[in-house]
Amino acid sequence: METLAHQFDDVEQQREASTLGMWIFLATEVLFFGGMLLAYSVYRTLYFSAFAEASRDLDIVLGSVNTAVLLCSSLTMAMAVYQAERGNVKRLVRFIGLTMLLGTIFLAIKFYEYYEKYKEGLIPGAHFTWHGSDADHASLFFIAYFILTGMHALHMIVGLGLMSVLAILAWKGRFTPAYYTPVELGGLYWHFVDVVWVFLFPLLYLVHRSS
Amino acid sequence: MIRTYIKVWAALLGLLALTVGAAYVPLGPFNTITAMSIAVTKAVIIALYFMHLRYSPRLTWVFAGAGFFWLLLLFTLALSDYATRRYMPPPTVWLP
Repeated sequence: METLAHQFDDVEQQREASTLGMWIFLATEVLFFGGMLLAYSVYRTLYFSAFAEASRDLDIVLGSVNTAVLLCSSLTMAMAVYQAERGNVKRLVRFIGLTMLLGTIFLAIKFYEYYEKYKEGLIPGAHFTWHGSDADHASLFFIAYFILTGMHALHMIVGLGLMSVLAILAWKGRFTPAYYTPVELGGLYWHFVDVVWVFLFPLLYLVHRSS
Repeated sequence: MIRTYIKVWAALLGLLALTVGAAYVPLGPFNTITAMSIAVTKAVIIALYFMHLRYSPRLTWVFAGAGFFWLLLLFTLALSDYATRRYMPPPTVWLP
């Protein structure tokens, strides 16, 4: 199933090279989100009270449920890779499907939250309506919120695309215990997107809840 | 292996409950520190078990650590500026 490219000594080395390549890509992704998180951290420190007030407007229940949904999807993804390793094609397809279902639930909840914010007039711009003081910096918080969660949601959509390709390939019997590198790498991507959310959730939803 | 994955998943959900609960306890600046410590713990657990880092060759550790290292550089250098502006304001001749 796996053809050995001429630059590698053996299949094992080829597989390791793929994994290392994926980790390099993930390092660039860390810095992609890192730059935005740095900007967010600086503004959050400078305008803490406005950010705290704006953060309390986010729905903590939906945010927590969504975090749980994503953590569950990471479990099903890990199970998918486990099944691929053992050549259980049916179970592999089933776990990829379950991961996609949970990812879709996450996006549905996320977009429902966006809709709620739209109804409350919290989309930054000409029609931004703020009940508290310091509307400018509350607006800044929502700009950060929509960009950060929006970029994360985009990564989820890409992840769902990758998963559907993996599901089709798995269904066609392309993966064997000797060759399942795409499943392994797709898993790395999916878990990485989960890790991004693990940081976004406390940073955006839990700025200052205790008051 | 399946048992490990289930344990990891349970630990992650437990840490989620902990971070939401801790956010409602008034700790001042320690609220942020607690939340970030829990997030880092969750990230490390995911990387070690779900992303198989624990069972990967050391070279993979180096590649994974590189991303973290550059992130650390980005934050340390940028925040060492913003965090010290209060104590070392820019010279007045630089201000408009």
